[in-house]
Amino acid sequence: MSKLRWLQITVLLLGFAFLYIPMISLIVYSFNESRLVTVWAGFSTKWYSELMDNRQLLGAAWLSIKIGFLNACLSVILGTLAAIVLVRFRRSRMRKPLDVMVAAPLVMPDIIIGLSLLLLFVSLENLMGWPERGQLTVILAHSTFSMAYVTVVVRSRLVSMDRSLEEAAMDLGARPLWVFFTVTLPIIAPSLVAGWLLAFTLSMDDLVVASFVSGPGATTLPMMVYSSVRLGVSPQINALASIIILVVSVAVLIAGILMYRQEKRLRH
Amino acid sequence: MNKRLSGLIAGIPTFWLVVLFVLPLLFVLKMSLTEARLGLPPYHDLIREMEDGLITIKINFGNYVILAQDSLYLSALWGSLKIATVSTLLCILIGYPMAYAIANSPKHLQTPLLMLVILPFWTSFLIRVYAWIGILKSNGLLNNFLMWCGVIDEPLQILHTVWAVYIGDAYSYLPFFILPLYATLVKLDRGLLEAAADLGARPVMQFLTVTLPQSIPGVVAGSMLVFIPVMGEFVIPDLLGGPDVLMLGKMMWIEFFNNKDWPLASALTVVLLVALIIPFVLMQNYEQQDSKDKA
Repeated sequence: MSKLRWLQITVLLLGFAFLYIPMISLIVYSFNESRLVTVWAGFSTKWYSELMDNRQLLGAAWLSIKIGFLNACLSVILGTLAAIVLVRFRRSRMRKPLDVMVAAPLVMPDIIIGLSLLLLFVSLENLMGWPERGQLTVILAHSTFSMAYVTVVVRSRLVSMDRSLEEAAMDLGARPLWVFFTVTLPIIAPSLVAGWLLAFTLSMDDLVVASFVSGPGATTLPMMVYSSVRLGVSPQINALASIIILVVSVAVLIAGILMYRQEKRLRH
Repeated sequence: MNKRLSGLIAGIPTFWLVVLFVLPLLFVLKMSLTEARLGLPPYHDLIREMEDGLITIKINFGNYVILAQDSLYLSALWGSLKIATVSTLLCILIGYPMAYAIANSPKHLQTPLLMLVILPFWTSFLIRVYAWIGILKSNGLLNNFLMWCGVIDEPLQILHTVWAVYIGDAYSYLPFFILPLYATLVKLDRGLLEAAADLGARPVMQFLTVTLPQSIPGVVAGSMLVFIPVMGEFVIPDLLGGPDVLMLGKMMWIEFFNNKDWPLASALTVVLLVALIIPFVLMQNYEQQDSKDKA
């Protein structure tokens, strides 16, 4: 048995080394004095201060945060509606087609989503002069695939939730809509938060779809990073990466602690 | 519930996906049948009004003929299939033992371990691919390490080869493989394992006859979650692969952005879509089986 334990620990150590060494190397070399990313020349924080002076990059980051925020809000609304239909509307005619349509964007290569939406936007623009390509089209495009992810998250919560509270409220004469807002919504709220964060991250992370549907005035952060990465490694990108990794790790840690506490409370 | 209200609830997401997901795919199909031209927009419209007021529809299969005749595009299709297959196999090779080890670790450790698997997914995809440039290049971390160990005398050329693409794909999509497989493995019927053990099966035999067959749905679901997006991947072959690494996604990007040939890029997209139908149906079937099991 102990032989098996050791095997298990080795597998996990190797696997996590594979997942984390690239990220750790990014952070280590972001503090490197030398411009040559892989040659160590002493500790320095100069790339961080250069990053803070890079107006273009900061502008792109701000645009991405705005798009990500609006996209996340829109996706949570759409995704929650879709999840309700899929879980609760057992007899709806729209259930089956919706089920397939929600699953497809999850795996659809982003290059297909990007090109197809661009062609739609171009045709619409020719037909009625709207929408102009830029921030709006990126939000519309992002929410199309983000909502699918939100649906998955909210759906699994709806499936597993205990319905007796809802039934009790109904028995006491509450109307369905009222029950939804006062009973169901608070119960599934954690999944809405998780879905919102997921949608935000997906949007902040997308290069391909945004490259297709964005206009000249709207360069998102990934588009900016990509054009700089294409020219080779740059310590400024390492500094940016380290900041992103730090923010995400802290957020995941907090979420983990909250979830752990909730689980504990539920057990009592 | 009020019928009009429930119609509205079902209607909004359905309408959204029809307009912004299904309809655009039809636009791609239409575009693939038009002819490219210089100028703006860079194509002849399918439906045209002639000078004499007649409306003509001109369907052009030329783009597909080009795709079938030019060996470049066939190699791109072959490259996509090959790279997606190898990357999926790599994910199985690395991901199965990991999922198995997590599913068999103490209960209180499983959630933190899973979070460690998911964490990289929350950080930027682009930046994680970028990290591999620094590791794989000829004076990068990996080569320096191997030379320091004395395994090799001169740096290996890994970056800008197909190997770098395999590594990048497996690395980026590993969490997508581990999660569904883990979900299948924790649901396994423990009683069957105990029964096998009681009947004298050794651990290896138990794994081969009980665990492995039962975990196949998770393996298929996870594999498709890797295979399908890798088929159309652009960023990884572009940043890590060299010019001779041909994939559909990369070709399509080049046709669209560099050559401004929208119709040909659309035809390539249609080819990619058709190639993805079988894996997609496979995935849907296993998912439905899964939800039926739950019910």
